[in-house]
Amino acid sequence: MTVTENLAGIADIPVVSIAVPDDDGHGHLAEMRIDPVALLERVHAECGAIGRFRIADKEVIMVTGAEANEQFFKAPESTLDQAAAYPFMTPIFGPGVVFDASPEERQQALKNQALRGDQMRGHATTIENEIKRMVSGWGDEGEIDLLDFFAELTIYNTAACLVGLPFREEIDHRFAEAYHGLERGTDALAYVDPYMEGVEAFEIRDRSRATLVELVQGIIDRRRERGTVPREERDLLDVLISIDMSADYITGVFISMLFAGHHTSSGTSAWTLIELMRHPDVMAEVVTELDELYADGSEISFQALRSIPKLESVIKETLRLHPPLIILMRQVVEEIELAGHLIPVGTIVASSPRVSNRLAEDFPDPQAFDPTRYLDPRQEDMQNRWTWIPFGAGKHRCVGNAFAMMQIKAIFSVLLRDFEFELVQPSETYRDDYSKMVIQLQRPCRARYRRRTS
Amino acid sequence: MRVVADLGLCQGHQMCQGEAPDVFDFDEAADQVVVVQEHPDESLRPQVVAAVQYCPAMALALEEDA
Repeated sequence: MTVTENLAGIADIPVVSIAVPDDDGHGHLAEMRIDPVALLERVHAECGAIGRFRIADKEVIMVTGAEANEQFFKAPESTLDQAAAYPFMTPIFGPGVVFDASPEERQQALKNQALRGDQMRGHATTIENEIKRMVSGWGDEGEIDLLDFFAELTIYNTAACLVGLPFREEIDHRFAEAYHGLERGTDALAYVDPYMEGVEAFEIRDRSRATLVELVQGIIDRRRERGTVPREERDLLDVLISIDMSADYITGVFISMLFAGHHTSSGTSAWTLIELMRHPDVMAEVVTELDELYADGSEISFQALRSIPKLESVIKETLRLHPPLIILMRQVVEEIELAGHLIPVGTIVASSPRVSNRLAEDFPDPQAFDPTRYLDPRQEDMQNRWTWIPFGAGKHRCVGNAFAMMQIKAIFSVLLRDFEFELVQPSETYRDDYSKMVIQLQRPCRARYRRRTS
Repeated sequence: MRVVADLGLCQGHQMCQGEAPDVFDFDEAADQVVVVQEHPDESLRPQVVAAVQYCPAMALALEEDA
């Protein structure tokens, strides 16, 4: 008797109830476009460790809990395909630009894209300079829109660190705004047809991409006119121009390089500030920690790479409660086993950071913001490596997580040294907008700042 | 203590070399971590703990000797 004979197929996997009528016949797609968190929570509540739902013609099998998540994250690379699970990304990257790299290519990317440990110090300096520039015009007090502010700042940070400083100097808020338009184009209707006519989100997406190509074409033209520069002044764009890539393709490459690190870091920075403003006692502790750390005049670029325990715990707890990606998906290309079921080719398998990160058995009082979870001996992130998953887990664990943590530590080192922040709106009105696959803060999302006097 | 590296998870960030340079080295060809001291001296514990904690791939573990 083979193992296979003991395994149930997907017909035995319970299907989650329908909460939003599927008048369009696309199953749970309608709910996915309105309230995906409710859908994902219900999959776990009604179906347990493994449940299923349908988005257009895709069967989605979602697992929850340490055991099933471990199987999901450890599934052999050859059996799962990421690109096919995220059809909304294809028109954003454009024709011919690869969605995701194999682990080997990712490792190569680590070398080339300078995400490696030894490059981080330089990035920390770059980020410190970017944030100082962003606040240089702030005056003594005022208000900011958290979405605009962090989306713009993180575009400059990722462009400067991943593409190069010269390129960063050639872009401005127009690039940041157009980039944001791409992210707003990630409507789940893409599971039916990513090029569907008459969908506003897709129109915004395509206009935004065209704007980005235009901006990049302008930069290329100016560089061509300028002629070659010494090697040490070149960046990735010079390299791509020298091998005669089109502006459209180069833009696609840049979009794909910046995508994973942008909305994720932007959203996490904004939510970190919101949670700090919601919890003045925690804010006070973090400010004291930073004041003591920098009292000796040490550089942010130095400290951001080192341990800042209280701030780190706040970022981790923010990531647990507000993971930038609420569902991680892969399409099965070779039959795999999950939670005792054999999953056939063509099915989408998924795990939800939003649901896993709030499992009561792993995270006591799961809805509470409690940064002390990460202190010794609790260390709830290390103890729950398959359910504390804001960065995913296993071989595909977010390759940029160290960069992201450093970036956010640097951002708050500058912001909290120079400014105090407070909520402008009632606390509960700060929310995410889940209507697109890329989650963004819902407006209004304003904060008030005042320059520190002491 | 015993230092363990899961090569199935290592992504080649080389952060551990910064944290505990006497314990970890890097194989450029394989693009992976090499544990040069499987049983480091107790005095290196804080460095090793930091390396385990800050490994971006969560590929390192510290086990206590039985």
